Amino acid sequence: MKEGEVKIIGFLCNWCCYAGADLAGVSRFQYPPNIRIIRVMCSGRVDPVIILDTFLWGADGVFIGGCHPGDCHYMQGNYYAEKKIEMAKRLLKEAGVEPERLRLEWVSASEGERFAGVMREFTEEIKELGKIKFEKDEMEAACIAAADYRLRILATKEKELLEEGNKYGEVFTRHEMNRLLDDMVREEYEAKKILLKLKKPKSVKEIAAELNLKPNVVFRHIMDLRRYELIEVHEIRDNTPTYVAKVEEGGE
Amino acid sequence: MTEELRIGVFICHCGINIGGVVDVPAVVEYASTLENVVHAERNLYTCSSDGLESIKSAINEYELNRVVVASCTPRTHEPLFRATCEEAGLNRYLFEFVNIRDQCSWVHMHELEKATEKAKDLVRMGVAKAALLEPLEELTSEVTPSAVVIGAGISGMTAALSIAKNGFHVHLIEKKREMGGMLRRLYKLYPTEELAAEFLEQRIKAVEEHERVELHLSASIKAVEGYVGKFKVILDENGAEKSIDTGVIIVATGAKEFEPEGLYEYDGEKVITQLQLEEKLKRGDSKLDGIENVVMIQCAGARGEVVGYCSKICCMNAIKNAKLIKEANPDINVFIAHNELQAYGEEYELYYRDAKKAGVRFLRFPLERRPKVIKSEGKLVVDVFHERLQMNIPLEADLVVLSVPLVQNPDAEKLSKMLKVPLGQDKFFFEAHVKLRPVDFATDGIFLCGTAQGPKDIEESISQGYAAASRATIPLAKGYVSSEAIISSVDEAICVGCGICESVCPYGAVEVVETEEGRRAKVTGVKCKGCGTCGSSCIKRAIKMHHFTDEQLIAQERTALVTEEVVS
Ligand SMILES: Cc1cc2nc3c(=O)[nH]c(=O)nc-3n(C[C@H](O)[C@H](O)[C@H](O)COP(=O)(O)OP(=O)(O)OC[C@H]3O[C@@H](n4cnc5c(N)ncnc54)[C@H](O)[C@@H]3O)c2cc1C
Ligand code: SF4
Ligand code: SF4
Repeated sequence: MKEGEVKIIGFLCNWCCYAGADLAGVSRFQYPPNIRIIRVMCSGRVDPVIILDTFLWGADGVFIGGCHPGDCHYMQGNYYAEKKIEMAKRLLKEAGVEPERLRLEWVSASEGERFAGVMREFTEEIKELGKIKFEKDEMEAACIAAADYRLRILATKEKELLEEGNKYGEVFTRHEMNRLLDDMVREEYEAKKILLKLKKPKSVKEIAAELNLKPNVVFRHIMDLRRYELIEVHEIRDNTPTYVAKVEEGGE
Repeated sequence: MTEELRIGVFICHCGINIGGVVDVPAVVEYASTLENVVHAERNLYTCSSDGLESIKSAINEYELNRVVVASCTPRTHEPLFRATCEEAGLNRYLFEFVNIRDQCSWVHMHELEKATEKAKDLVRMGVAKAALLEPLEELTSEVTPSAVVIGAGISGMTAALSIAKNGFHVHLIEKKREMGGMLRRLYKLYPTEELAAEFLEQRIKAVEEHERVELHLSASIKAVEGYVGKFKVILDENGAEKSIDTGVIIVATGAKEFEPEGLYEYDGEKVITQLQLEEKLKRGDSKLDGIENVVMIQCAGARGEVVGYCSKICCMNAIKNAKLIKEANPDINVFIAHNELQAYGEEYELYYRDAKKAGVRFLRFPLERRPKVIKSEGKLVVDVFHERLQMNIPLEADLVVLSVPLVQNPDAEKLSKMLKVPLGQDKFFFEAHVKLRPVDFATDGIFLCGTAQGPKDIEESISQGYAAASRATIPLAKGYVSSEAIISSVDEAICVGCGICESVCPYGAVEVVETEEGRRAKVTGVKCKGCGTCGSSCIKRAIKMHHFTDEQLIAQERTALVTEEVVS
C-alpha cells in the first residue's frame, strides 16, 4: 500500500462475510481499494492478540466480518468473536487508540451490496481518523495483555458469568460485568506496560514518573510481577531497590 | 524439516475479468522477485485444462513444493487447484489461493493502478502464507454398522424399521414398558378417523417381528461417548447396565402435553385438556352422557400466554374431537373459541368444513383478549370476546376443553447434554439448519425426528422418521467416514487443562482428559470441524488451528502492512 493511504486489514469468515465480499464482486459493487482481506474459517478464530499485532504493525483499521447471530456455520463462533473483539477494543483504548478503528460486522453471503456499503463507510471513517498514532511500548503492552490468561478467561466466560453466575452463584449484571472488564483490562495493561519498562532496571518512583501512575499502584503491580517471577530485584540503590524483567528464553 | 522452499505463483487473467483491470504482467514480474518464489507465470484462464497442465508441469520442472494461484475465489475453485497439485504429487494443502478477481478487479474497476497495487499486496501475502503451509491428511475411520434410535413413538418406530429394512441392525430404546408414545393415549386420528389403537397395533407388530430390530424397553440412557461411526451408548435396561456400540444415533423422544395448572380454572375434571378428552372418549364415553355444552379454548398456554410458539396440531385436533362428539351425539352443543385457525392443505380444509357441517360452532377472539372461564356454584361459563361482533358472549359449559401446546419432556435437557446436541429457544431439539438440514444435528452422526424437534402431526412425524433413517443410513452404507484435514491440535506441553476450549467447541471435539502429565485437552480429529474458536479462546494459546495458524495469519497481516522491502 502506498504511503499516505490508510491501510485496512480484514479478517472475514469463509461462510458468510467472505462470501458476501465475493458477491459484491460478482455484482460489481465498487468500494475503495484500501482493504486487504485475510480469509479465516470462522470469525471466532480471530484472536485478540492477532488483532492487536495488526495494529502494532501499522494497520489504520481492522475489520472483522462474520455471520449474523444465529447463522454461524459453527453455531456460536460469532458470539465468541464478539466478546474477543470487545476485549481487543478495551485494550486499544488503554493504548490510546480509537476503538472505532476496530470494527465487527455481520454480513451474510447474500449481502454483497451491504458489504460494499460497509467497506465504503468504514474506509471513510478511517480516513477521517487519519493515520494511526500510538507509542510502540503502549501497543506492545496491549498485545501482551491480550495473551494474558486472565483476560482470555474473562472474554470467553462472560456469557456464563452473566447468565449462570460464578461458582458462588452470584450472577453479574451487565453493568457490573463492564466494570469488572474495564478494571481487569486496565490492571493487566498497566502491569504489561511496567514489565516492558523494566527491560532496563528502574525503581518504583522512576516507573511511576515515566508512566504517569501513582507510586502505590506501581508498587502493587511490582509485587504481583515478582510473585509471578516475571521480574527480579536488580540492585539496591540508596536504600531503594530497582527491578528488572527476567529475560525469558526465546521471548520477544 | 528444513527443506528449501520453492514456491510457484500462477496469475490468472480470467480473460478480461482480471486482465482488463489489473496489470497482470506487472504482478507476475513482481511475484518473481518475492522471497522463495522460483517460478511465476500468467495464464489466460488458470482453471482451463491448459492452465492446469501448466501448473502440473511447472511443479515437476521447477520442483515446486508450494503453489499459489491468484485468480477468482477459493469458494468455487480451491478444490480444483488442490486436486491439480495432488495429481502432480504435491500434498493438496500446500496450495494457497489468492482472490484478485471477486475481491479486487471486480470491485475496483475504475482504479486500475490501485487495483494492481492491491493485487501485488495480496500475492505477497499469499506467498508469505504459502511459505508456512504444512502438508495435511484427511482422516478416515470405520463405521460400526448399526443404529440406535431413542424413543419408540411413531417417529422412532418408523425410523428403526426403515433402517432395519435397509439391512442394518437397530437398537430401539424406549423408557416406558411399551412402544407407541403419545398415540397410546389417543382415541381417533385426524384426518382419517381411524382408531389410534388399531393404527398402532400394526406398526408395533411390524417392529416386533423384524429380525434386525432389537428392542430395549424400560431402558434409559446413562451415558454416550464417541463420535460418528463409533458411538458407545450405555443403557440402564430394567436395572441392568448394557453397553451398545453404534455408528449413528437418532433422537425420537417426542414431546408431552403442557399442564395448564392455574390457567382457565383447569381442574382435570370439568376443565380438561384435549389429551384428557381423548382418554375419556377412548374409555367408551364417546357420547359424553349428561353433557349438553362443550367449549374448547384454543392456544391455551400457547402463543405468548406461557410458551411463545404455536403448537400446530391443536387446531386440527380440536376440530377432530368436536366433530366426533357432534357426530356421536348431535344434541350436544360444541363451540371452538379460537384466534387463528390452522387447517392448511386441501384435506384439512375439507375436514374443517365437515366439522362446520356437523354443527360445530366457531368463535374468533383476539389474542389480547383471551376467553375467561368463570366457575360459580358448580357452574361453568366461558366468556368469549367475539372479535367480529366486538362483544362478550358468555357460553355456558358442562365441559371445557383446553387445547394446550406440546412441550419438551423434562428429561430432554439431560439427554441433550449427554449427546452434546443443542435445544432451541423453545427447548425442543434444535436441527442443524431449518431448511437445508432439517433432520440433522450439527454434530455428525446424530439425527432427529418427530415431536422431539417441535410440534407436528403423525404424517409429519412419519416423514421425518423416514428422512432421519435415510440420512443415518449414509455413513452406515458407506462403511467409513472421512473428516476434515483442517483441524486443531493441542500442544500438551503448554496446555494446563483448564477446559476453556472444551466449553467453546460446538462439537465436543476437544475434551480435557487425564494423561500421565495431568489433565490435558485433546482433540478428536473426526469430530473437529476446524472453526478455530478453541484456539483463539485458549488461555495459554496452546492450540494450533492447522492451515489457519497464528503464524500464518500474522505473516499475512504483517506482510500486507510492510512494504519497504518491495520497492519495485
Ligand atoms: C391430544 C393430542 C391429539 C393428537 N391427535 C393427533 C391426530 O389426530 N392426528 C395426528 O396426526 N397427530 C395427532 N397428534 C400428534 C401426535 O401425537 C404426534 O405427532 C406423534 O405422537 C409424535 O410421535 P413421536 O414418535 O415423535 O413422539 P411420541 O409419540 O411422543 O413418542 C416418543 C417416545 O419416546 C419415548 N422417550 C422419551 N424420552 C425418552 C428417553 N430419554 N429415553 C427413551 N425413550 C424416551 C417416550 O416414552 C415415547 O414413547 C396429537 C397429539 C396430542 C397431544
Ligand atoms: S477447531 Fe472448532 S471444532 Fe475443532 S476442536 Fe476447536 S472449537 Fe472444536
Ligand atoms: S483452553 Fe488451552 S490450556 Fe485450557 S484446556 Fe484447552 S488447550 Fe489446555
